[in-house]
Amino acid sequence: MAKKYDAGVKEYRDTYWTPDYVPLDTDLLACFKCTGQEGVPKEEVAAAVAAESSTGTWSTVWSELLTDLDFYKGRCYRIEDVPGDKESFYAFIAYPLDLFEEGSVTNVLTSLVGNVFGFKALRHLRLEDIRFPMAFIKTCMGPPNGIQVERDRMNKYGRPLLGCTIKPKLGLSGKNYGRVVYECLRGGLDFTKDDENINSQPFQRWQNRFEFVAEAVKSAEQETGERKGHYLNCTAATPEQMYERAEFAKELGQPIIMHDYITGGFTANTGLSHWCRKNGILLHIHRAMHAVIDRHPKHGIHFRVLAKCLRLSGGDQLHTGTVVGKLEGDRQSTLGYIDQLRESFVPEDRSRGNFFDQDWGSMGGVFAVASGGIHVWHMPALVSIFGDDSVLQFGGGTHGHPWGSAAGAAANRVALEACVKARNAGREIEREGRDILMEAAKHSPELAIALETWKEIKFEFDTVDKLDVN
Amino acid sequence: MPFKSTVGDYQTVATLETFGFLPPMTQDEIYDQIAYIIAQGWSPLVEHVHPSRSMATYWSYWKLPFFGEKDLSVIVNELEACHRAYPDHHVRLVGYDAYTQSQGACFVVFEGR
Repeated sequence: MAKKYDAGVKEYRDTYWTPDYVPLDTDLLACFKCTGQEGVPKEEVAAAVAAESSTGTWSTVWSELLTDLDFYKGRCYRIEDVPGDKESFYAFIAYPLDLFEEGSVTNVLTSLVGNVFGFKALRHLRLEDIRFPMAFIKTCMGPPNGIQVERDRMNKYGRPLLGCTIKPKLGLSGKNYGRVVYECLRGGLDFTKDDENINSQPFQRWQNRFEFVAEAVKSAEQETGERKGHYLNCTAATPEQMYERAEFAKELGQPIIMHDYITGGFTANTGLSHWCRKNGILLHIHRAMHAVIDRHPKHGIHFRVLAKCLRLSGGDQLHTGTVVGKLEGDRQSTLGYIDQLRESFVPEDRSRGNFFDQDWGSMGGVFAVASGGIHVWHMPALVSIFGDDSVLQFGGGTHGHPWGSAAGAAANRVALEACVKARNAGREIEREGRDILMEAAKHSPELAIALETWKEIKFEFDTVDKLDVN
Repeated sequence: MPFKSTVGDYQTVATLETFGFLPPMTQDEIYDQIAYIIAQGWSPLVEHVHPSRSMATYWSYWKLPFFGEKDLSVIVNELEACHRAYPDHHVRLVGYDAYTQSQGACFVVFEGR
């Protein structure tokens, strides 16, 4: 029966709090951590989040009656306490599939983390997790190549890949920059990386950098007999410039390019990812600006959501933190979202921060990149935490070697291979890490010097963003 | 006073991908790696190539992959048989993972000259 128009303001919970609702397989599910203003009931806060992130507005409007709003509305179907936190709670919200454009991560985020985050009845709001339905996943292309293709292209098997960012991160001329790339690659690394800040500045225009880097990669491949690559940063002011740089990288025969997906934006990222699929180029993804969004435990978006969104938008490698280095990262939580990057099915597991079962179907996997303040002493822990489908990147830990970047690269490669060999032979590499590295150093003076150089460096601070557990 | 430098000179070395930076493995160490491949449920396979073609994607198979083989000594014998038949070739051991259609392990056991 048709409804009557009843102008005025209704409580959100009358329409958007539906505890009896059973979510459909095609629904997009979200878990928000909500902290309401004092005195506002939980159901009202949760329903307001559902409303403001879907069909609702503050007042009843006549035009609602021109459609079947019950078909389109988001619904809060469950509220849960946050362990160890009295003022916040989790709201689980189901959104019908038709609220979102096919293949558009941009559209999903515009709805889910749009205006609602500034809503006055909330003090804080954090998007903890999204369950993407298979019906949506199948509309996204995902990683342009995926883990298996990347291994085959680069001929790297049975171990994590090894990379490093070129330093100093700003101020080198193109030729000097190419020299550092060459030193690292000839020394034993698989990849080098443009720092995220490197785009096309006055001291080093992009075309000049690309040409010198291409020569460095080629020389290192010829001299070592191994395949090498350098992530050429194509992040630019406009999409047109971005594609121009990508095309030139391809022209130079380079295997991999790079993009900063949060500052560059999801639309640019998805576009570049499609270009990479079409042109057979690998895509490395940096995540500048993520900590602005994901570090506060009560407000923003958890990185696992940003990681899931990247897998859908497309990228073959994504930075995930290191757990052990200079940047923030809780171990269990990190394990939770690297699963989201690499596995085809990830079960709900609150101890790892995963709030939903997530089926990725046949979508390709993304290499987890561990980078930032790590050195040879961290190698056993890194191999143990990240496993083979990862890229371990040592910046200062390569260039800071007393004999230079090539020896630093060799030290890292020896340490990595010693840890992988020991792991395969059944040794507990985290516990026996010291012995494994010292044994390996006996036949590698480069590693011996590296171990001596960084023996005292630790980054032991408490994590700010912890999982909610008692 | 003679010139004394504490700075080492790192010479570029030609290497053969994974484990290329470690010394050659002993027989026991090779056994450990084969045991790992089999324990993961991967199929061991042996490949060889002349050093002039070491960067090629496709090396020659030595027989077919040893699907379902659980006996370590069979694999060791095949590696040695391949090395005897092609003493100047690189011989590598692969752990082929049919689930990922990738290689869970891959390293050169005998270097050709």
